[in-house]
This record gives sequence, structure tokens and C-alpha cells, in this order.
Amino acid sequence: MMNNGPIIQTTNLSRSFGDILAVDRISVSINPGEVFGLLGPNGAGKTTTVRMLAALLEPTSGEAYVAGFQIGKEDQKIRRQIGYLPEAPGLYDALTAEQNLAFFGAMYGVEEISRQIKRYLEMLGLWNRRYEPVATFSKGMRQKLAIARALLHEPEVLFLDEPTSGLDPQAARLVRKFIAELSGEGRTIILCTHNLDEADRLCDRVAVVNGHLLALDSPKILRRKIFGRKVVFHLLEAKIDFEQVLLAFDFVSEVHLVENKILVSVEDPENNNPALIRALIEAGAEIQFVGELRRRLEDVYLELMKSAEGINNG
Amino acid sequence: MDRIKAIIVKEWREVFKNKFIFFTVSFLPLMITALPLGILYFATGSENFGGVTTADLPPQFSTLCGELSGGDCMLYYIVTQFLLLFMMVPVIIPMTIASYSIVGEKTTRTLEPLLVTPVSTLEILIGKGLAGIIPAVSATWIGYLLYAAGAHIMVDNPAVVGKLFDPLWMTAIFVVGPLLSIFGVSIAVMISSRVNDPRIAEQISGIFVLPIVGLFIGQTMGLILVNQQFILWMAGILVVLDSVLFYFAVQIFQRETILSRWK
Repeated sequence: MMNNGPIIQTTNLSRSFGDILAVDRISVSINPGEVFGLLGPNGAGKTTTVRMLAALLEPTSGEAYVAGFQIGKEDQKIRRQIGYLPEAPGLYDALTAEQNLAFFGAMYGVEEISRQIKRYLEMLGLWNRRYEPVATFSKGMRQKLAIARALLHEPEVLFLDEPTSGLDPQAARLVRKFIAELSGEGRTIILCTHNLDEADRLCDRVAVVNGHLLALDSPKILRRKIFGRKVVFHLLEAKIDFEQVLLAFDFVSEVHLVENKILVSVEDPENNNPALIRALIEAGAEIQFVGELRRRLEDVYLELMKSAEGINNG
Repeated sequence: MDRIKAIIVKEWREVFKNKFIFFTVSFLPLMITALPLGILYFATGSENFGGVTTADLPPQFSTLCGELSGGDCMLYYIVTQFLLLFMMVPVIIPMTIASYSIVGEKTTRTLEPLLVTPVSTLEILIGKGLAGIIPAVSATWIGYLLYAAGAHIMVDNPAVVGKLFDPLWMTAIFVVGPLLSIFGVSIAVMISSRVNDPRIAEQISGIFVLPIVGLFIGQTMGLILVNQQFILWMAGILVVLDSVLFYFAVQIFQRETILSRWK
């Protein structure tokens, strides 16, 4: 049992279903209070990984600790420490919102269940609908109720599997805001999502998986690792000479002219840009804007998948 | 204990909103109680039982009549005929409730959030089981008491009515009945794990009611005699069967099995 350090630690965590290897030797450490994204295509083993960490499935090999307890050996203790929002909300339609939460509160042995129900239904804007059967709820309301269910027992670790999937933009925004608030409370959140923009905005670090771990870092560092850093100079008129001016610097690795823009790959834009701007002005350039070309996490993801496919195809 | 209670209450809140289940739980025992009472009413109202005499009774049945006169023995025969019919109630009701409960959880995908809580497999199974067994056994007992009360009103000879409270009936209603309910639940759990339609689960489970129907027909035709020894054998076999079936039901209800093998 671990007392300090990461709240989740996996070492070569693997899971097979018959001959199919769903999760292949995943090793990660997740710190307390971190929002950790688990990204990957369908069938990449995200849900299986989460199910193992939620003590629902046993690993075929490897080991993992959640909140200091070893999965497969201290599952009951783990279940008390975690909250879980599965891909499908899985609510009892015939029961009211309050009855659903009261039932799960009893399963978790929550004391002062009425207070907890009120707290989370109010936070998620469902308090006035508490006596209505869930069957009458919209998809967004169901998702919010399922999130409330996952929080009733005040878990340290929260697993959210596609929390905004299928929600309208307004509901998705509300859920994202709520996740950010939960993170602010110091909870550790493991977020499985296909929404890469969402992961980019919410996650401190992301793991890209496709059965095995392809990459693990913060979205910002992953972008830099894969694409480097590029500065864009918007000029009144771009000339071919400018390319040579910029390539004269050691810290410039690449220069591309695109219409009236120059894309420059540099190591450290914060320190390198002033010299580049000076050189361009001296060369007669009229600079309109300067900015960093921001790659989306989606670009990083697709690049990683492309590389993984390339490796798999030999 | 709180978790089991919460599961039972949740199950009842869910399943009894289903009109079909409500009908099965309320009308089946009523019908099974009303049918023998009706026959008893006509039998007691008839002077000579429509020409049927004790000679028409299965010969081995007379051993159960003891000191009863021929007419009373005939009444007791009629009363006892329906013992096996009562035995169908504790099997059918829990099968219906458990089938709808488990298949319902599968189709609405409510099992996963439940399994991630600290509730144990045994607590889930006991909760779901009792949610089916309690109404079934209650309905059987209430039906039996109504039948006994009806017989008491209609039959003059207290010795005949007293037979409804002899060890044969007591064992059947208060021991075999609950054992049959456990049997019904265990069968429903196993079948429900493999199908995605509660009606199919119920129909397949229904096959396991056929032996009781067979016994009822066999008894009516005089092929078997349901006496104390028979009921004790039935109870013994059910104890063994229930133990084996419950063991398999627990295995089927493991988290790992539900998430990786249930279809």
C-alpha cells in the first residue's frame, strides 16, 4: 500500500479477452488532483483500462494501485474511494431522480444522504426535478444525474467515460465547467473522451493509447514534442530573401513561405523572436502580426495514430 | 443489511410499475385460490358428488383419509388435489420478477454503475432474490390461508378442514414453497444472464414449472400420491438443487463474468 505519491499507479497493466489483447503493458502514474485524459480510438482499451482501475475487471498481468489500494486484492476499499460515470448513464428509468440517488447512496453507505442529494442536485440544476421519473429526463439531464451519482460519496478519484458524449453544446459546456470545478476541489479525474478539444481544455496530462501506450504528457508538451514550435509572421508582402535571412540563425530549423506568411520553426520563441523580428525589419519586411502557430491536440493525436499505424504496418 | 433492503425496495419500485408483473403477482395467486374454492363449493353443494364415490379415488389415497368417512375422504381428496397447484405460485412469481429485473438491468445498462459500488455479489443476489421470493412466498401463504378459511366455511366436518393444517400441508406451504422460490430465482438468474428479452427469459424459465404441472396431472390421474413422505423427498431434493443452483448463480453474478461474458 502506498501512502504518498501518485494516487494511481499502474505497472505493465494488461488485460486479454481470450486471444484478444485489449490492454498491453500500460504503465502510468497519476498525481492527486490531476485531470488525466485517456485518449484513443474505439477499441483502444480505454474503457477496459478504466474498468480495471475501477475494480470491475481484473488485470491479466501487471499491477495497479488506486488511492493506495491494489486492484484485484483490495477492490472493496478501492470502490469506496472512486466515483464512476460509465459511457451509458445507466439510471433506473422508473425511479425518480431522488430515488436513484438514494439507492446508490445506500450502496455506498453514504451518511446524511438527503444532504448530499440536495447538494449535488442543486449544483447540477436538477433539484426542482427530483420527484420526476428519470424516464422523463433529457439526455443531458440524465448525464448530469449520473455525474451526481458518481459524486454522492465524495470520492477522491473520479472516472468519467465520455461525459459529454451526445450532449448539446450548452449541456456539454455545463458538464465541462462542472468537471473543472471538481478539479478545483482537488479531486483526481480520469477522463476518457473522443472530444480532443475537451481533453485539451480540461486535462493536465493525456495518455494516448491504442492497446498500448503511444504517448503520455501534457497537451502542450505533446504538441511541442511532435510538431516543435512554429512562429508565424504575417507580412504585408513576403519575399524569398526573407527565408535566407531567417535560416541564418542557428535556432531556426525550418522556414516556409505561404502566401504573405512565413512559418518559422524555432526552439524557444520567447527568446528567439526579438532577434527574428529585428532581422526581418532590417531586411525590409513590414510585419503585420506575429504569433505562435498553435497545433490542436487533434493534430497530435492523428499524428500519433499515423505513426502507430506505420509501425504496425511495418 | 441496509444495502439488501435498498435493493429490495428498488426492485419493487421498478418491477411493480410493470403491469404484466403486477398482474402475475396479484392475479395468479388469486386464481389458484379461487379455482379450488369454487370446485369445493360445488362439491359440498352436491349430495353425491355427481355420482363419484370413494371407489373412484386412487386406492393409495384412502390411506391418507384415516378415520374420515367416504364422503369426507372425497372432500379431502378434492382439497389435497390443489396442493401442487399452490406450489406453482412460489416458482412462477420469482421467475417473472427476477427475469424482468436482471434482463431489465442488462438492457438499460444499469448493472455497471451498481457493480462499481462497494456492494458485494452476494448482497446483490440476495437482494434481487428476496425481491422475488418475498412476494411469491407471501402470495402463496395468503392464498393458502384464504383457501383454508374458505374450506372452513364450506366444509362442515372439522376433521377435513383440519387436514389442511396437517404436517403434509404445513411442510408443503412453509418449507417446500420457499425452497421452490429459491429454485425459481436461481433458474431465472442463470437464464437472464444469457438473453436480452425478459419475456424469453420468462418463457425459458417456465419450462422448469412443467415438473410441477406433471406432478399435478400425475396425482389427478392417480399415478402418484402426494403424501408426507413425497413432500419430504421433494423438500430434500430442492435443498440440494437450490444449493447447487445458488452456487452457479453466484458464479454467474461475479462482476468479471457480467462485464466480460454476459451478452
